[in-house]
Amino acid sequence: MTLLFEKNKFVTPGDQLAEGDFIPGNNTYRDGEKIFASRIGLANLDGKTVYVVAVKGCYVPNIGDFIIGKVIDMTTSGWIVDINSPYDAMLSVSEAVERQFNTQRDALSRIYNIGDLLMAKIIAYDRTRGPVLTTLDRGLGKITRGRVISITPTKIPRLIGKKGSMVNLLKTETNCYINVGQNGMVLISGSTPEDEDLAILAILKIEAEAHTSGLTERISALINDMKIKRGLTNVQSKTGETG
Amino acid sequence: MSKVKPEKLVDEKGLRIDGRKLDQLRPIKLEVDVLENADGSAYIEQGKNKILAAVYGPKETQPKHLALPDRAVIRCRYHMAPFSTQTRKNPAPSRREIELSKIVRESLEPAIFTELYPRTTIDVFIEVLQSDGGTRCSGITAAALAIADAGIPLRDLVVACAAGKADGHIVLDLNDEEDQFGQADLPVAMLPRTGEITLLQMDGNLSHGEFEKALNLAIEGCKQIHAMQKEALKNEYVLVKEVAEETVVAEETVKVEKEEEGGEA
Repeated sequence: MTLLFEKNKFVTPGDQLAEGDFIPGNNTYRDGEKIFASRIGLANLDGKTVYVVAVKGCYVPNIGDFIIGKVIDMTTSGWIVDINSPYDAMLSVSEAVERQFNTQRDALSRIYNIGDLLMAKIIAYDRTRGPVLTTLDRGLGKITRGRVISITPTKIPRLIGKKGSMVNLLKTETNCYINVGQNGMVLISGSTPEDEDLAILAILKIEAEAHTSGLTERISALINDMKIKRGLTNVQSKTGETG
Repeated sequence: MSKVKPEKLVDEKGLRIDGRKLDQLRPIKLEVDVLENADGSAYIEQGKNKILAAVYGPKETQPKHLALPDRAVIRCRYHMAPFSTQTRKNPAPSRREIELSKIVRESLEPAIFTELYPRTTIDVFIEVLQSDGGTRCSGITAAALAIADAGIPLRDLVVACAAGKADGHIVLDLNDEEDQFGQADLPVAMLPRTGEITLLQMDGNLSHGEFEKALNLAIEGCKQIHAMQKEALKNEYVLVKEVAEETVVAEETVKVEKEEEGGEA
Protein backbone atom coordinates (compact mmCIF):
# COMPACT_ATOMS: atom_id res chain seq x y z
CA MET A 1 0.00 0.00 0.00
CA THR A 2 1.86 3.02 -1.26
CA LEU A 3 1.00 6.56 -2.21
CA LEU A 4 3.08 7.86 -5.10
CA PHE A 5 2.56 11.62 -4.97
CA GLU A 6 2.83 14.63 -2.71
CA LYS A 7 -0.26 16.76 -2.11
CA ASN A 8 -1.10 19.04 -5.05
CA LYS A 9 1.39 17.39 -7.37
CA PHE A 10 0.76 18.07 -11.05
CA VAL A 11 -0.21 14.88 -12.87
CA THR A 12 -0.99 13.94 -16.48
CA PRO A 13 -3.22 11.12 -17.79
CA GLY A 14 -1.66 7.71 -17.17
CA ASP A 15 0.45 8.79 -14.17
CA GLN A 16 0.31 6.25 -11.37
CA LEU A 17 -1.04 7.74 -8.13
CA ALA A 18 -1.27 4.88 -5.67
CA GLU A 19 -1.10 1.15 -5.22
CA GLY A 20 -3.08 -1.09 -2.90
CA ASP A 21 -5.85 -0.21 -0.47
CA PHE A 22 -7.04 3.15 -1.88
CA ILE A 23 -10.28 4.23 -3.50
CA PRO A 24 -10.17 5.90 -6.93
CA GLY A 25 -11.99 9.26 -6.71
CA ASN A 26 -12.65 11.96 -9.31
CA ASN A 27 -10.59 11.88 -12.50
CA THR A 28 -8.79 8.67 -11.63
CA TYR A 29 -9.23 5.03 -12.60
CA ARG A 30 -8.21 1.67 -11.24
CA ASP A 31 -6.32 -0.97 -13.19
CA GLY A 32 -5.70 -4.05 -11.06
CA GLU A 33 -4.16 -2.94 -7.76
CA LYS A 34 -3.03 0.43 -9.06
CA ILE A 35 -4.73 3.81 -9.42
CA PHE A 36 -3.92 6.18 -12.27
CA ALA A 37 -4.85 9.74 -13.22
CA SER A 38 -7.18 10.23 -16.17
CA ARG A 39 -7.03 14.02 -16.50
CA ILE A 40 -4.48 16.81 -16.24
CA GLY A 41 -4.66 18.23 -12.74
CA LEU A 42 -3.44 18.23 -9.17
CA ALA A 43 -3.41 14.97 -7.23
CA ASN A 44 -4.90 14.90 -3.74
CA LEU A 45 -5.82 12.47 -0.99
CA ASP A 46 -8.94 12.54 1.18
CA GLY A 47 -9.01 9.70 3.70
CA LYS A 48 -8.47 6.69 1.46
CA THR A 49 -9.79 8.35 -1.68
CA VAL A 50 -7.24 9.43 -4.24
CA TYR A 51 -8.55 12.13 -6.56
CA VAL A 52 -7.38 14.66 -9.12
CA VAL A 53 -8.58 18.26 -9.28
CA ALA A 54 -8.80 18.71 -13.04
CA VAL A 55 -7.56 21.90 -14.66
CA LYS A 56 -10.00 21.54 -17.56
CA GLY A 57 -13.11 19.56 -18.28
CA CYS A 58 -16.67 19.83 -19.52
CA TYR A 59 -19.71 20.15 -17.29
CA VAL A 60 -21.57 16.93 -16.55
CA PRO A 61 -25.07 17.69 -15.23
CA ASN A 62 -25.93 16.75 -11.65
CA ILE A 63 -29.40 16.69 -10.11
CA GLY A 64 -29.90 19.75 -7.89
CA ASP A 65 -27.23 21.88 -9.58
CA PHE A 66 -27.89 25.58 -10.05
CA ILE A 67 -26.98 26.51 -13.63
CA ILE A 68 -27.19 29.39 -16.07
CA GLY A 69 -28.24 28.53 -19.61
CA LYS A 70 -29.41 30.03 -22.86
CA VAL A 71 -32.65 29.21 -24.67
CA ILE A 72 -31.67 27.93 -28.11
CA ASP A 73 -34.92 26.43 -29.38
CA MET A 74 -38.63 26.08 -28.65
CA THR A 75 -40.78 22.99 -28.99
CA THR A 76 -44.58 22.73 -28.72
CA SER A 77 -44.43 22.22 -24.97
CA GLY A 78 -41.20 23.75 -23.80
CA TRP A 79 -37.71 25.04 -24.51
CA ILE A 80 -34.33 23.59 -25.29
CA VAL A 81 -31.58 25.21 -23.25
CA ASP A 82 -27.85 25.22 -23.91
CA ILE A 83 -26.25 24.64 -20.51
CA ASN A 84 -22.61 24.58 -21.61
CA SER A 85 -22.45 20.79 -21.35
CA PRO A 86 -22.34 17.95 -23.90
CA TYR A 87 -26.09 17.57 -23.42
CA ASP A 88 -28.77 20.18 -24.14
CA ALA A 89 -31.40 20.53 -21.42
CA MET A 90 -35.21 20.45 -21.67
CA LEU A 91 -37.43 22.91 -19.85
CA SER A 92 -41.16 22.21 -20.07
CA VAL A 93 -43.91 24.80 -19.61
CA SER A 94 -45.14 23.19 -16.41
CA GLU A 95 -41.70 23.77 -14.88
CA ALA A 96 -41.63 27.41 -16.00
CA VAL A 97 -45.01 28.80 -14.88
CA GLU A 98 -47.11 27.73 -11.92
CA ARG A 99 -50.49 28.66 -13.39
CA GLN A 100 -52.20 26.72 -16.16
CA PHE A 101 -50.72 27.53 -19.52
CA ASN A 102 -52.49 26.76 -22.75
CA THR A 103 -49.78 26.26 -25.34
CA GLN A 104 -52.30 26.52 -28.15
CA ARG A 105 -53.71 29.86 -27.08
CA ASP A 106 -50.63 31.62 -25.70
CA ALA A 107 -47.23 31.75 -27.32
CA LEU A 108 -44.39 30.16 -25.37
CA SER A 109 -42.19 33.07 -26.36
CA ARG A 110 -44.18 35.27 -23.99
CA ILE A 111 -42.49 33.43 -21.12
CA TYR A 112 -39.04 32.74 -22.50
CA ASN A 113 -37.82 33.50 -25.99
CA ILE A 114 -34.91 32.18 -27.99
CA GLY A 115 -31.73 33.89 -26.82
CA ASP A 116 -32.95 34.49 -23.26
CA LEU A 117 -30.54 33.65 -20.46
CA LEU A 118 -32.04 31.64 -17.63
CA MET A 119 -31.13 30.73 -14.11
CA ALA A 120 -32.40 27.21 -13.53
CA LYS A 121 -32.03 24.07 -11.50
CA ILE A 122 -31.52 20.54 -12.81
CA ILE A 123 -34.31 18.24 -11.61
CA ALA A 124 -33.60 15.06 -13.59
CA TYR A 125 -30.68 13.59 -15.44
CA ASP A 126 -29.26 10.17 -16.23
CA ARG A 127 -27.11 8.56 -18.89
CA THR A 128 -30.03 7.70 -21.13
CA ARG A 129 -31.93 10.97 -21.00
CA GLY A 130 -30.90 14.59 -21.34
CA PRO A 131 -31.08 16.91 -18.33
CA VAL A 132 -34.47 18.41 -17.34
CA LEU A 133 -34.68 21.89 -15.82
CA THR A 134 -37.00 23.88 -13.60
CA THR A 135 -37.24 27.63 -13.10
CA LEU A 136 -39.99 27.50 -10.47
CA ASP A 137 -37.84 27.86 -7.34
CA ARG A 138 -37.12 31.20 -5.73
CA GLY A 139 -34.47 33.25 -7.50
CA LEU A 140 -34.72 31.29 -10.74
CA GLY A 141 -35.96 32.47 -14.12
CA LYS A 142 -35.02 34.91 -16.83
CA ILE A 143 -31.93 37.09 -16.33
CA THR A 144 -32.91 40.70 -16.94
CA ARG A 145 -29.78 42.60 -15.96
CA GLY A 146 -26.08 42.12 -15.38
CA ARG A 147 -23.49 40.29 -17.41
CA VAL A 148 -22.85 36.59 -17.87
CA ILE A 149 -19.36 35.22 -18.41
CA SER A 150 -18.26 31.66 -18.98
CA ILE A 151 -15.30 29.96 -17.28
CA THR A 152 -14.03 26.37 -17.20
CA PRO A 153 -16.59 24.36 -15.14
CA THR A 154 -13.86 22.51 -13.21
CA LYS A 155 -12.75 25.84 -11.71
CA ILE A 156 -16.14 26.66 -10.19
CA PRO A 157 -15.25 25.14 -6.76
CA ARG A 158 -12.21 27.44 -6.64
CA LEU A 159 -14.33 30.47 -7.54
CA ILE A 160 -16.74 29.65 -4.71
CA GLY A 161 -13.96 28.84 -2.26
CA LYS A 162 -14.18 27.09 1.09
CA LYS A 163 -17.73 27.69 2.36
CA GLY A 164 -18.10 30.45 -0.23
CA SER A 165 -15.12 32.45 1.03
CA MET A 166 -13.87 33.49 -2.40
CA VAL A 167 -17.20 34.48 -3.90
CA ASN A 168 -18.17 36.33 -0.71
CA LEU A 169 -14.92 38.26 -0.90
CA LEU A 170 -15.75 39.25 -4.48
CA LYS A 171 -19.28 40.25 -3.55
CA THR A 172 -18.26 42.54 -0.70
CA GLU A 173 -15.19 44.00 -2.40
CA THR A 174 -16.84 44.79 -5.73
CA ASN A 175 -20.39 45.48 -4.55
CA CYS A 176 -21.84 43.12 -7.16
CA TYR A 177 -24.37 40.34 -7.03
CA ILE A 178 -22.60 37.20 -8.25
CA ASN A 179 -24.53 34.06 -9.14
CA VAL A 180 -22.28 31.11 -9.87
CA GLY A 181 -23.73 28.39 -12.09
CA GLN A 182 -22.20 24.94 -11.64
CA ASN A 183 -21.89 24.77 -15.45
CA GLY A 184 -19.25 27.51 -15.55
CA MET A 185 -21.59 30.40 -16.35
CA VAL A 186 -21.38 33.27 -13.87
CA LEU A 187 -23.84 36.14 -13.61
CA ILE A 188 -22.45 39.43 -12.36
CA SER A 189 -24.67 42.42 -11.76
CA GLY A 190 -23.53 45.54 -10.03
CA SER A 191 -24.78 49.08 -9.69
CA THR A 192 -22.21 50.43 -12.16
CA PRO A 193 -20.47 48.88 -15.19
CA GLU A 194 -17.11 49.67 -13.54
CA ASP A 195 -17.94 47.43 -10.57
CA GLU A 196 -18.89 44.65 -12.96
CA ASP A 197 -15.63 45.12 -14.92
CA LEU A 198 -13.68 44.70 -11.71
CA ALA A 199 -15.54 41.54 -10.71
CA ILE A 200 -15.05 40.04 -14.18
CA LEU A 201 -11.35 40.84 -14.09
CA ALA A 202 -11.02 39.09 -10.73
CA ILE A 203 -13.02 36.05 -11.86
CA LEU A 204 -10.88 35.64 -14.97
CA LYS A 205 -7.76 35.80 -12.80
CA ILE A 206 -9.20 33.11 -10.54
CA GLU A 207 -9.83 30.95 -13.62
CA ALA A 208 -6.29 31.39 -14.93
CA GLU A 209 -4.66 30.70 -11.57
CA ALA A 210 -7.13 28.25 -10.04
CA HIS A 211 -4.45 25.60 -9.49
CA THR A 212 -2.18 27.86 -7.43
CA SER A 213 -2.09 28.42 -3.69
CA GLY A 214 -2.57 31.71 -1.85
CA LEU A 215 -5.11 32.83 -4.42
CA THR A 216 -7.55 34.57 -2.08
CA GLU A 217 -4.89 37.03 -0.87
CA ARG A 218 -3.77 37.75 -4.44
CA ILE A 219 -7.33 38.39 -5.57
CA SER A 220 -8.02 40.79 -2.75
CA ALA A 221 -4.73 42.58 -3.51
CA LEU A 222 -5.68 42.76 -7.20
CA ILE A 223 -9.08 44.27 -6.44
CA ASN A 224 -7.62 46.90 -4.14
CA ASP A 225 -4.93 47.76 -6.72
CA MET A 226 -7.43 48.12 -9.53
CA LYS A 227 -9.79 50.20 -7.43
CA ILE A 228 -7.06 52.75 -6.88
CA LYS A 229 -5.88 52.60 -10.50
CA ARG A 230 -9.35 53.01 -11.92
CA GLY A 231 -10.39 55.59 -9.35
CA LEU A 232 -13.47 53.75 -8.16
CA THR A 233 -13.88 56.03 -5.20
CA ASN A 234 -17.49 55.14 -4.47
CA VAL A 235 -16.56 51.48 -4.14
CA GLN A 236 -13.54 52.37 -2.06
CA SER A 237 -15.50 54.41 0.44
CA LYS A 238 -18.11 51.70 0.84
CA THR A 239 -15.58 48.98 1.55
CA GLY A 240 -13.71 51.44 3.70
CA GLU A 241 -16.77 51.68 5.93
CA THR A 242 -17.22 47.94 6.17
CA GLY A 243 -13.52 47.18 6.60
CA MET B 1 9.58 19.28 -58.00
CA SER B 2 10.18 16.06 -56.14
CA LYS B 3 13.31 15.41 -54.13
CA VAL B 4 16.37 13.89 -55.81
CA LYS B 5 17.59 10.59 -54.48
CA PRO B 6 20.63 11.22 -52.30
CA GLU B 7 23.66 9.06 -52.99
CA LYS B 8 23.75 7.67 -49.51
CA LEU B 9 21.16 7.74 -46.77
CA VAL B 10 23.69 6.59 -44.17
CA ASP B 11 27.39 7.50 -44.46
CA GLU B 12 30.50 5.52 -43.45
CA LYS B 13 30.48 6.98 -39.93
CA GLY B 14 26.95 5.72 -39.44
CA LEU B 15 25.43 9.20 -39.64
CA ARG B 16 22.26 9.92 -41.58
CA ILE B 17 21.71 12.68 -44.17
CA ASP B 18 20.49 15.11 -41.54
CA GLY B 19 23.46 14.25 -39.30
CA ARG B 20 21.56 12.08 -36.84
CA LYS B 21 22.72 8.77 -35.40
CA LEU B 22 20.76 5.67 -36.37
CA ASP B 23 18.74 5.61 -33.14
CA GLN B 24 18.30 9.34 -32.72
CA LEU B 25 15.00 11.24 -32.91
CA ARG B 26 14.61 14.49 -34.80
CA PRO B 27 14.48 17.57 -32.56
CA ILE B 28 10.95 17.87 -31.17
CA LYS B 29 9.12 20.95 -29.96
CA LEU B 30 5.72 20.47 -28.33
CA GLU B 31 3.25 23.13 -27.28
CA VAL B 32 -0.16 22.78 -25.66
CA ASP B 33 -3.19 25.09 -25.70
CA VAL B 34 -2.13 27.09 -28.74
CA LEU B 35 -5.60 27.78 -30.18
CA GLU B 36 -8.15 29.99 -28.48
CA ASN B 37 -11.34 28.66 -30.08
CA ALA B 38 -10.85 24.90 -29.82
CA ASP B 39 -11.59 23.08 -26.54
CA GLY B 40 -8.10 21.59 -26.64
CA SER B 41 -5.15 22.04 -28.96
CA ALA B 42 -1.49 21.19 -29.42
CA TYR B 43 1.31 21.98 -31.83
CA ILE B 44 4.27 19.80 -32.72
CA GLU B 45 7.45 20.44 -34.63
CA GLN B 46 9.39 17.26 -35.31
CA GLY B 47 12.32 18.01 -37.58
CA LYS B 48 10.71 19.90 -40.46
CA ASN B 49 7.21 18.60 -39.66
CA LYS B 50 4.86 21.27 -38.40
CA ILE B 51 1.48 19.99 -37.28
CA LEU B 52 -1.49 21.49 -35.44
CA ALA B 53 -4.04 19.35 -33.62
CA ALA B 54 -7.38 20.64 -32.32
CA VAL B 55 -10.12 18.93 -30.36
CA TYR B 56 -13.78 19.86 -29.89
CA GLY B 57 -16.12 18.12 -27.53
CA PRO B 58 -17.65 16.10 -26.09
CA LYS B 59 -20.69 17.74 -27.67
CA GLU B 60 -24.14 16.68 -28.80
CA THR B 61 -23.99 14.43 -31.89
CA GLN B 62 -25.36 15.89 -35.13
CA PRO B 63 -27.21 14.28 -36.89
CA LYS B 64 -28.80 12.57 -33.88
CA HIS B 65 -29.13 9.09 -35.43
CA LEU B 66 -25.34 8.72 -35.51
CA ALA B 67 -25.14 8.92 -31.71
CA LEU B 68 -24.23 5.77 -29.80
CA PRO B 69 -26.32 5.05 -26.69
CA ASP B 70 -23.43 3.77 -24.58
CA ARG B 71 -20.40 5.84 -25.54
CA ALA B 72 -19.06 8.85 -27.41
CA VAL B 73 -18.41 8.83 -31.15
CA ILE B 74 -14.91 9.90 -32.14
CA ARG B 75 -14.48 11.62 -35.46
CA CYS B 76 -11.07 12.39 -36.83
CA ARG B 77 -9.80 14.38 -39.76
CA TYR B 78 -6.18 14.20 -40.84
CA HIS B 79 -5.54 16.84 -43.46
CA MET B 80 -2.51 18.23 -45.24
CA ALA B 81 -2.53 21.94 -46.09
CA PRO B 82 -2.06 22.73 -49.79
CA PHE B 83 1.28 24.36 -48.91
CA SER B 84 2.58 21.50 -46.79
CA THR B 85 4.34 19.65 -49.60
CA GLN B 86 6.93 20.53 -52.26
CA THR B 87 4.32 20.75 -55.00
CA ARG B 88 0.91 22.15 -54.21
CA LYS B 89 -1.39 19.53 -52.80
CA ASN B 90 -5.04 19.49 -53.78
CA PRO B 91 -6.84 20.48 -50.58
CA ALA B 92 -9.63 17.93 -51.14
CA PRO B 93 -9.18 14.87 -48.91
CA SER B 94 -7.22 12.24 -50.83
CA ARG B 95 -7.51 8.48 -50.50
CA ARG B 96 -4.40 8.53 -48.31
CA GLU B 97 -5.79 11.20 -45.97
CA ILE B 98 -9.09 9.36 -45.55
CA GLU B 99 -7.20 6.21 -44.62
CA LEU B 100 -4.93 8.06 -42.21
CA SER B 101 -7.95 9.72 -40.58
CA LYS B 102 -9.30 6.26 -39.88
CA ILE B 103 -6.09 4.80 -38.48
CA VAL B 104 -5.42 7.87 -36.33
CA ARG B 105 -8.92 7.58 -34.89
CA GLU B 106 -8.41 3.90 -34.18
CA SER B 107 -5.08 4.52 -32.52
CA LEU B 108 -6.53 7.21 -30.20
CA GLU B 109 -9.84 5.54 -29.34
CA PRO B 110 -8.53 2.85 -26.91
CA ALA B 111 -7.08 5.58 -24.67
CA ILE B 112 -10.26 7.65 -24.32
CA PHE B 113 -12.96 6.92 -21.72
CA THR B 114 -15.70 7.20 -24.35
CA GLU B 115 -18.21 5.40 -22.08
CA LEU B 116 -18.32 8.44 -19.76
CA TYR B 117 -20.05 10.56 -22.40
CA PRO B 118 -22.79 8.53 -24.09
CA ARG B 119 -24.61 10.08 -27.08
CA THR B 120 -21.87 12.65 -27.72
CA THR B 121 -19.19 13.35 -30.31
CA ILE B 122 -15.52 14.16 -29.90
CA ASP B 123 -13.95 15.80 -32.95
CA VAL B 124 -10.21 15.57 -33.55
CA PHE B 125 -8.57 17.65 -36.27
CA ILE B 126 -5.00 17.18 -37.40
CA GLU B 127 -3.71 19.78 -39.81
CA VAL B 128 -0.30 19.23 -41.38
CA LEU B 129 1.22 22.65 -42.11
CA GLN B 130 4.57 21.36 -43.33
CA SER B 131 5.41 17.74 -43.95
CA ASP B 132 8.71 15.93 -43.86
CA GLY B 133 7.89 12.27 -43.36
CA GLY B 134 6.28 10.60 -40.38
CA THR B 135 3.38 13.06 -40.17
CA ARG B 136 0.88 10.44 -39.00
CA CYS B 137 3.05 9.70 -35.97
CA SER B 138 3.65 13.36 -35.14
CA GLY B 139 -0.07 13.95 -35.70
CA ILE B 140 -1.07 11.25 -33.21
CA THR B 141 1.40 12.57 -30.63
CA ALA B 142 -0.05 16.09 -30.97
CA ALA B 143 -3.67 14.86 -31.05
CA ALA B 144 -3.22 12.97 -27.76
CA LEU B 145 -1.96 16.17 -26.13
CA ALA B 146 -4.88 18.15 -27.57
CA ILE B 147 -7.37 15.61 -26.18
CA ALA B 148 -5.75 15.78 -22.73
CA ASP B 149 -5.79 19.58 -22.96
CA ALA B 150 -9.51 19.51 -23.78
CA GLY B 151 -10.06 17.86 -20.40
CA ILE B 152 -11.31 14.58 -21.85
CA PRO B 153 -10.51 11.64 -19.52
CA LEU B 154 -7.75 9.43 -20.89
CA ARG B 155 -6.23 6.12 -19.81
CA ASP B 156 -2.88 7.27 -21.10
CA LEU B 157 -1.28 9.72 -23.51
CA VAL B 158 -1.05 7.97 -26.86
CA VAL B 159 2.34 8.42 -28.44
CA ALA B 160 3.59 7.43 -31.89
CA CYS B 161 6.95 7.07 -33.56
CA ALA B 162 8.23 5.37 -36.71
CA ALA B 163 11.24 3.17 -37.33
CA GLY B 164 12.41 1.76 -40.65
CA LYS B 165 15.22 0.66 -42.83
CA ALA B 166 17.48 2.93 -44.88
CA ASP B 167 20.57 1.71 -46.78
CA GLY B 168 20.27 -1.58 -44.93
CA HIS B 169 20.39 0.04 -41.47
CA ILE B 170 17.50 0.01 -39.01
CA VAL B 171 16.84 3.68 -38.23
CA LEU B 172 14.53 5.59 -35.89
CA ASP B 173 12.11 8.38 -36.86
CA LEU B 174 12.44 8.48 -40.65
CA ASN B 175 12.48 11.79 -42.47
CA ASP B 176 11.05 12.30 -45.96
CA GLU B 177 14.12 11.13 -47.91
CA GLU B 178 14.54 8.01 -45.79
CA ASP B 179 10.84 7.29 -46.17
CA GLN B 180 10.92 7.71 -49.96
CA PHE B 181 14.24 6.07 -50.80
CA GLY B 182 14.65 3.70 -47.87
CA GLN B 183 13.59 0.08 -47.84
CA ALA B 184 10.92 0.07 -45.14
CA ASP B 185 8.79 2.27 -42.87
CA LEU B 186 7.16 1.02 -39.66
CA PRO B 187 4.93 3.53 -37.83
CA VAL B 188 3.96 2.49 -34.30
CA ALA B 189 1.52 4.11 -31.86
CA MET B 190 1.24 2.89 -28.29
CA LEU B 191 -0.09 3.43 -24.79
CA PRO B 192 3.24 3.80 -23.00
CA ARG B 193 2.01 2.74 -19.54
CA THR B 194 0.85 -0.72 -20.53
CA GLY B 195 2.89 -1.04 -23.71
CA GLU B 196 -0.25 -1.78 -25.73
CA ILE B 197 0.23 -1.03 -29.41
CA THR B 198 -2.67 0.80 -31.05
CA LEU B 199 -1.17 1.32 -34.49
CA LEU B 200 1.23 -0.86 -36.42
CA GLN B 201 1.71 -0.41 -40.13
CA MET B 202 4.53 -1.39 -42.43
CA ASP B 203 5.41 -0.67 -45.99
CA GLY B 204 8.51 -2.05 -47.64
CA ASN B 205 10.33 -5.21 -46.70
CA LEU B 206 11.85 -6.28 -43.41
CA SER B 207 13.10 -9.71 -42.37
CA HIS B 208 11.73 -11.22 -39.17
CA GLY B 209 14.81 -10.16 -37.19
CA GLU B 210 14.84 -6.68 -38.70
CA PHE B 211 11.15 -6.25 -37.91
CA GLU B 212 11.69 -7.06 -34.26
CA LYS B 213 14.66 -4.74 -34.06
CA ALA B 214 12.73 -1.92 -35.76
CA LEU B 215 9.68 -2.43 -33.54
CA ASN B 216 11.76 -2.28 -30.37
CA LEU B 217 13.53 0.82 -31.66
CA ALA B 218 10.19 2.49 -32.41
CA ILE B 219 8.92 1.64 -28.91
CA GLU B 220 12.06 3.19 -27.41
CA GLY B 221 11.41 6.29 -29.53
CA CYS B 222 7.80 6.41 -28.31
CA LYS B 223 8.96 6.35 -24.69
CA GLN B 224 11.32 9.26 -25.30
CA ILE B 225 8.55 11.28 -26.97
CA HIS B 226 6.14 10.39 -24.14
CA ALA B 227 8.48 12.05 -21.65
CA MET B 228 8.41 15.18 -23.82
CA GLN B 229 4.59 15.09 -23.97
CA LYS B 230 4.38 15.11 -20.18
CA GLU B 231 6.93 17.89 -20.04
CA ALA B 232 4.86 19.97 -22.49
CA LEU B 233 1.71 19.61 -20.34
CA LYS B 234 3.66 20.47 -17.22
CA ASN B 235 5.17 23.54 -18.81
CA GLU B 236 1.75 24.82 -19.79
CA TYR B 237 0.23 24.60 -16.33
CA VAL B 238 3.05 24.53 -13.81
CA LEU B 239 4.65 27.71 -15.16
CA VAL B 240 1.46 29.69 -14.52
CA LYS B 241 1.45 28.34 -10.98
CA GLU B 242 5.08 29.19 -10.31
CA VAL B 243 4.86 32.67 -11.81
CA ALA B 244 1.72 33.45 -9.80
CA GLU B 245 3.14 32.14 -6.55
CA GLU B 246 6.49 33.82 -7.05
CA THR B 247 4.91 37.24 -7.49
CA VAL B 248 3.33 36.80 -4.07
CA VAL B 249 6.65 35.86 -2.53
CA ALA B 250 8.28 38.84 -4.26
CA GLU B 251 5.58 41.22 -3.04
CA GLU B 252 5.90 39.88 0.49
CA THR B 253 9.67 40.37 0.53
CA VAL B 254 9.21 43.92 -0.73
CA LYS B 255 6.72 44.52 2.08
CA VAL B 256 9.08 43.09 4.68
CA GLU B 257 11.93 45.22 3.38
CA LYS B 258 9.79 48.34 3.51
CA GLU B 259 8.75 47.59 7.05
CA GLU B 260 12.37 47.12 8.04
CA GLU B 261 13.30 50.43 6.45
CA GLY B 262 10.45 52.12 8.21
CA GLY B 263 11.56 50.66 11.52
CA GLU B 264 15.09 52.00 11.09
CA ALA B 265 13.84 55.43 10.14
